[in-house]
Amino acid sequence: MSVSFTALKNDERAVFSLRELYSRYGYVRHKVSKFEEYDLYARNKSFLISENILTFTDTDGRLMALKPDVTLSIIKNIGNDDSQTHKLYYNENVYRTSAGADGFREIMQTGLECVGKIDLCATCEVILLAKKSLEIISENTILDISHMGFVAGLMENIGIEGADADSLLGFIEHKNVSAIKAFCSERAISEADTRAICDITALYAPIGDALEAVRDIVRGKKMKAAYDELCGIYGVLSECGSADGIYVDFSTVNDMNYYNGVTFKGFVRGIPDGILSGGSYDSLMKKMGKRAGAIGFAVYLDMLERLDSESEKYDVDTVLLYDSGSDMAQVARAAERMRAEGRSVRCELGSTDGIRYRQLLKFSEGGVSVLETND
Amino acid sequence: MSLKQMINIALPKGRLGEKAYRVFEAAGYECPSIREENRKLIFENEEKGIRYFWVKPSDVVIYVERGAADIGIAGKDIILEYSPDIYELADLGMGKCRMAVACKRDFCDNRDRTLRVATKFPNIAKKYYNSQSREIDIIKLNGSIELAPILGLSDVIVDIVETGKTLYENNLEPRETIVDISARLVANKVSYKFKNAEITAMCEKISEQIKNS
Repeated sequence: MSVSFTALKNDERAVFSLRELYSRYGYVRHKVSKFEEYDLYARNKSFLISENILTFTDTDGRLMALKPDVTLSIIKNIGNDDSQTHKLYYNENVYRTSAGADGFREIMQTGLECVGKIDLCATCEVILLAKKSLEIISENTILDISHMGFVAGLMENIGIEGADADSLLGFIEHKNVSAIKAFCSERAISEADTRAICDITALYAPIGDALEAVRDIVRGKKMKAAYDELCGIYGVLSECGSADGIYVDFSTVNDMNYYNGVTFKGFVRGIPDGILSGGSYDSLMKKMGKRAGAIGFAVYLDMLERLDSESEKYDVDTVLLYDSGSDMAQVARAAERMRAEGRSVRCELGSTDGIRYRQLLKFSEGGVSVLETND
Repeated sequence: MSLKQMINIALPKGRLGEKAYRVFEAAGYECPSIREENRKLIFENEEKGIRYFWVKPSDVVIYVERGAADIGIAGKDIILEYSPDIYELADLGMGKCRMAVACKRDFCDNRDRTLRVATKFPNIAKKYYNSQSREIDIIKLNGSIELAPILGLSDVIVDIVETGKTLYENNLEPRETIVDISARLVANKVSYKFKNAEITAMCEKISEQIKNS
């Protein structure tokens, strides 16, 4: 069976194309069950996008949850050590509340995880796949990349920690340079350090330019390592001709308890929110007692319905009217013939109330006559 | 798609919005039709690539967060109350006031009782008293907050204080300042990426204008 892509909605189209993309890179589909023991999420609540979880009591009395997230379910069973690398992708429904909306929603999510020995090659592959995933969804896309070690390294170097670090991260996340300046002057942080924090907060530039711009800010081992990793990634990606459309934005901070290395976020024009989010989450692995490294991302397909910009003008190309006295075999044949030409045809007895059509045809013994054309 | 991208700007209705518009105007983002007396909701200057619209002050961050506006002018009080996921690009230094706790002049706080707090800003009030480990009873009102302590509806109010005149005239006084408030230039996070050149340029010109005024 072949399916015409035009009949599919954006999100459906994306699911099939993404699946094909990931399997071309040797990722295998991983299916997980709909339910998971609640305990798994209770221990890692802040890893989840929203902390609300839909729970129920199973027949044996265990508290179960409808999956709000897939990553935890996947890594629960793999990656005890890095002797073997797992490359998996999934396409599952998850159940969670989304920002601003009341109540739980079923959300289709696709994503991939690479668990095991994560080197530059694996990292770049995942970033490349994130970029290609966006390109499948829209022509106009941006992938923002950041590194947790870069910002954390700078803060450590300056000596900002604890609650101070949290509030500073909040300001960085909102690109709130005036608040950072006030924060730094209250704590008597030197002018050079203040400028460094402000510069990386305000920075938004294509990866090549950005790395050039922050080179002189780099200080300390942790920051240097992060910088070198980003440079390595840039080297590989530009070699593959894929560095265009990748921007550096250090204000994209994810939870430091889970994410440690490179993180990224994807955007497409027309959707006022990120639709792809991911990064390397070795810290989460460690928290779960795993020794392997891991990197992955998720694509939030529920947002794509907003890309179907104009609702379809017509329900159907052609309505074929017949009456109860018509020869049904001939009606069916006439309709089939038109469908074979690629038009959608709806046969209707009598009334066309509420149907939006391009063309209205009337079947009679003599043949088909045009009653109305709307296009 | 047009070659030049339009920037949608949400302005808060009222004095602050008008003042903010004058800054935009002086920075080279004028839109003469906005000065005409009419009932139009949206004002465009195609040549400059900008489109203004007036919205209720507390709605500015909603328009911006959801991308209907790329840029907006919002008070820090609104940003703190709703904590929207947006960029806060500049402090315009106008519309200055403070969020404060106020009460009747003769009110004596008794820490062994739950404090009744009337406010338009329940999240700010909760956060403030949480940080003091104080148990409170929030009474969310939508206006005339000053009435609450006078009529005994609440012990204190958490509200915006500009000059304190209304408070003094009603036998009330501000006691503690929670946070200083001023107007901010905010931007949608995704617009900031896709319209980066335009938004950054605008932000720079506006900041320059503020500095010089």
